Amino acid sequence: MSSSHVDIEALEMLKEVMEDEFQLLIDTFVQDSTDRLVTLREALASGDADEVRRAAHSFKGSSSNIGAGPLSEICFALEEGGRTNQLDGLEQKLAEAEVEFEAVKVALANL
Amino acid sequence: MGDQTPLKVLIADDTDTDRLILESIVKKEGHQVISARDGMEAVEAFQREKPDIVLLDALMPKLDGFGAARQIKALAGEELVPIIFLTSLTDTESLVQCLDAGGDDFLSKPYNRFILQAKIKAFNRMREMHATILTQRDQIVLHNEHLIQEQTVAKQVFDNIAHSGCLDASNVKHYMSPLAVFNGDVLVAAMRPSGSMMVLLGDFTGHGLPAAIGAMPLASTFYGMAQKGFSLSDILREINQKLKDILPVGVFCCATIIDMNFRKRQLKVWNGGLPDCYIYRHKTASVEPVRSTHLPLGVVGNKAFKDDCLHFELEEDDKFYMWSDGIHEARNDDGDMFGEERLKQVFAANRKPDSLFDDIIGAVHAFVGDGNKDDDLTLIEVKMDKAENIQSKSINTSTLGDRGLKGWVMDFEVQSNSFRYFDPLPLLLNVLVEVPGLRQHSGSLYTILSELYSNALEHGVLGLDSALKTTPEGFAQYYEARSLRLEEPPEGAICFHLEHHTEDDGGSLTIRVKDSGPGFNHANSIDTPHKTEGYCGRGIALIRTMCQSLRYLGNGNEVEVVFNWENDRK
Repeated sequence: MSSSHVDIEALEMLKEVMEDEFQLLIDTFVQDSTDRLVTLREALASGDADEVRRAAHSFKGSSSNIGAGPLSEICFALEEGGRTNQLDGLEQKLAEAEVEFEAVKVALANL
Repeated sequence: MGDQTPLKVLIADDTDTDRLILESIVKKEGHQVISARDGMEAVEAFQREKPDIVLLDALMPKLDGFGAARQIKALAGEELVPIIFLTSLTDTESLVQCLDAGGDDFLSKPYNRFILQAKIKAFNRMREMHATILTQRDQIVLHNEHLIQEQTVAKQVFDNIAHSGCLDASNVKHYMSPLAVFNGDVLVAAMRPSGSMMVLLGDFTGHGLPAAIGAMPLASTFYGMAQKGFSLSDILREINQKLKDILPVGVFCCATIIDMNFRKRQLKVWNGGLPDCYIYRHKTASVEPVRSTHLPLGVVGNKAFKDDCLHFELEEDDKFYMWSDGIHEARNDDGDMFGEERLKQVFAANRKPDSLFDDIIGAVHAFVGDGNKDDDLTLIEVKMDKAENIQSKSINTSTLGDRGLKGWVMDFEVQSNSFRYFDPLPLLLNVLVEVPGLRQHSGSLYTILSELYSNALEHGVLGLDSALKTTPEGFAQYYEARSLRLEEPPEGAICFHLEHHTEDDGGSLTIRVKDSGPGFNHANSIDTPHKTEGYCGRGIALIRTMCQSLRYLGNGNEVEVVFNWENDRK
């Protein structure tokens, strides 16, 4: 149980709000994020800084809502890179995001 | 949790995760949710569903939050639809962009349920307040329109009453602001049958409709009585009593009334509460002020009311000026008042008497300056002129004869079944006071009629002997017998014969009272007024002093008095 990847308290509050739909939310997030990562990879590959920024921005938002703090911060870095049009070195960040996401998935599954 | 009425909340966010969370939070608060995935959907949903509050993600595909916000605000028009931007943008520039687009607040990620709850609550309160303001504003506009309509109608009614006068006469100049009646000002002028002109300037306390309401009975009374030839005092008393009856405490009418007699070159003035009016002597170009010496109209009842006037002799081309205090109290931009001194200066500086009136108005307007909303001036100039020179639409000399009772004969008989309860005197007196000129003598007339009637009733019909009244016991016996005999009921009748005709300056009234009794030997009693025989008592002696003549006719069961009067007693 790795609470460093997700904020357990935040998730508890979410559970209370979502009630029966909590699982739906988790599933939606997982699907969302998977798609988002694909988009990021493609955008980075084609050098589309703006798209990188936008996708990273959205991903940052949803991961923060889910309570995945570290993942959210990595997304912020990606967003900044996209915003300042400094795409070199973002490859590394994207890899970090993917790894972090896996950890988050595990944490969520173990709730 | 759900402690307010359920609202319709529009949520627009392109990230499914975020949108799901928001929907749940809002639903949990008890509200109804409408979802949109991008800006265009948001605008469509807004048009369709008319939500109460809108949560907009700033960055969305197709149409972003800023564009959607602008369109939604435009669609909302006058109504307040709060827009809360959902954003993790934290830089000032972005936040400013949100506000510029019409956003009212922000909610940052991660979404905090309680913060959102608080914002929704606060904005809902604001939204309801705003709606209330709009409703009340509309009500105010409506009420205001009604008020203006009412005032317009009131003014029309008033104008109809006021325009039957002779303010347009060739020797009159007057100035009044168009809505002066709502300042409480009233100006009425009429020609009397005798050829003199009566003018009344009134200034009611207060403003608006309450001030205007008093002007109507005043004007209609004035015109009604003036055309019948009633005197200045009669008219004053009538108006005073009417106003005292109808106006609430604290509301009254400062007034000046004049009677200008062109044939006699005389002026009578009564000033109650208005500023000094001026008599301008044209030979010396000097001004004589006439002060207020009375209480305003409507303050005291007629018992305490003083109708005495000041009298002046005027020459042709002398002028009389009166005004409301609007002139003295006219203010310039510095807040100074025009005042009495400046007014006197206008007169002193004048070289052409014919332009005095315009000089006064010019001086006040110049003093007050442009764009001064308070045009509250009312003033009038009346010139002493030859009677034949006076022209006015309202004067029609051929029908200027008295419109009151001029010459008539009336016979009135009281019969036996009426004696016990019916008092004919108020009825007869009522007829008599409709004769202009007789109204002011109503006291004397009542005394005369009363004495003659009681004599006729007690001696002629009831057959009582006034000799009984010389001792206290006899007195009591007399009145006991009177009651008893009235109850029987008595047989008999009393006839009144009233006959009257008028001359230019006054008139003559003949009263005859005849009873059905045996009469008495009157030939011996006429010259012995202090004898208490027969019908002669102190009462008859008094009547004799009031009348031109008193004599007995027939058997002594008929008495005739002749009462003469002059119009316009001093």
